[in-house]
Amino acid sequence: MSRAALSIIGRELRAAFLAPIGYIVAIVFLVMTGWLFMQPFFLGGRADLRQFFELLPLTLALMVPAVTMRAFAEEFSTGSYEVLATLPVTHLDVLIGKFTGAVGFVVLVLAPTVLYPVVISRLGDLDWGPVIAGYIGAVLLIALYCSVGILASALTRNQIVAFVIGLAISVSLALIDDLLIYVPGRITQVVQHLGADYHFRNIARGVLDSRDLVYFLSGIAVFLTGTGFALRRRP
Amino acid sequence: MVRVEGLIKRYGPVQALRGVSFTVDRGEVVGLLGPNGAGKTTTMRILTGYLPATAGRTLVDSVDVAADPLAVKRMVGYLPEFAPLYAEMLVHDYLHYAGSVRGMRKADRQRRIGELVPLCGLTEVIHRPFRELSRGYKQRVGLAHAMIGDPDLLVLDEPTAGLDPNQIAEIRSIIRAAGERKAIIFSTHILSEAENTCDRIVIIDRGTVVADGTAAELTGGRSLEERFRELTTAEGEPQAGDPADGSPAREGKGTRRRARRKLRS
Repeated sequence: MSRAALSIIGRELRAAFLAPIGYIVAIVFLVMTGWLFMQPFFLGGRADLRQFFELLPLTLALMVPAVTMRAFAEEFSTGSYEVLATLPVTHLDVLIGKFTGAVGFVVLVLAPTVLYPVVISRLGDLDWGPVIAGYIGAVLLIALYCSVGILASALTRNQIVAFVIGLAISVSLALIDDLLIYVPGRITQVVQHLGADYHFRNIARGVLDSRDLVYFLSGIAVFLTGTGFALRRRP
Repeated sequence: MVRVEGLIKRYGPVQALRGVSFTVDRGEVVGLLGPNGAGKTTTMRILTGYLPATAGRTLVDSVDVAADPLAVKRMVGYLPEFAPLYAEMLVHDYLHYAGSVRGMRKADRQRRIGELVPLCGLTEVIHRPFRELSRGYKQRVGLAHAMIGDPDLLVLDEPTAGLDPNQIAEIRSIIRAAGERKAIIFSTHILSEAENTCDRIVIIDRGTVVADGTAAELTGGRSLEERFRELTTAEGEPQAGDPADGSPAREGKGTRRRARRKLRS
């Protein structure tokens, strides 16, 4: 990774922590998942995190676009993109910087939830395999949603528009599974494979299948390539 | 150092540049003059690799911007109009960031910032966020940003716009000091400033160079303002008001911006 990309990652992370929106999003996310997870937890009486991981595709789809919306849209509207684009950096440096910075921030927001398995392992016999697989899946899910949100942000100078576009695509990826009953039988398989939720659940079960990995990595590649095109099309 | 040849730029139906050519040597401060909307900013944006030209060539130290933008960007320090730097960052952090993006080591950055802070008069604001600074300080941070990598060419878009006379004098002395070793291009529509600061003046009007020479050559004993008015209101086009305050011309720029925005959306 180039030095320029590293500098941009550093700046992105710092900017995310300097802006109030970062904290608001982090608190809302942690309270929301904590509440939804812990409320029925003791009724189930099982020492696992399945419920928690099942929340992630949707809660992250709501949260990530709020983090990524400023990535490019803010730079376009304030004019700072002109400064960035005339520094000796390539589009790839900028893309890697923005993407890794956003993924890094969301992973840091998710990090405190590691307390759940730590506490639960004291309450009962916790199987760590699915927990670790779940967190690997969560990072992939975050990376996918970040690539979506960054593409949305590169399409407009308006952060709200970027948020709504990012939200629409991310939530669609998370919920496409639920539409299967309306889909003709022949293509259910295809539609199911498009859903982030489906692939994430596979990984969170503790099965690290190459098909699920390919889904996430190719999805990220597609959205980031789209972002590259959007940037090149700009002045 | 800089050779601009027959630059043409179209934004859809709007032709912003119609064949701009000029050169700048090392150790020369060149003022780009012209009414608002004449094409100064567009020329600078092409020169710095931000915009592609529709036709024509721009060479910086014999490197073509279109062919190797990265190499040119390494040699150029650019301050866009209004110095749009990251608002939330502290001045000190920002300069470190700009240096590290340019590939400078930490020790080099510290040494360079140590030189630039007194030169640009930033001692008092070094630990304050950019957004809280006054207009004059923002421009000075912008100058420090442009100079951080000690580039051979400085391109400054209206570095003194909206500043008071004291601030203008400070910026001017920074430019003059830097101009001894570097090539500098800066745009302005304050005529006295160009006269006092520049070794040479290039006047652009409606996308073409209408005059190029030292202040003395251009004016031929008359005032620069008279000459400017004559050159930029030629061809019998009605341009009431003073071009220096830009009342009719500013409208032109606005129209172009709107056209550009329309193109984007």
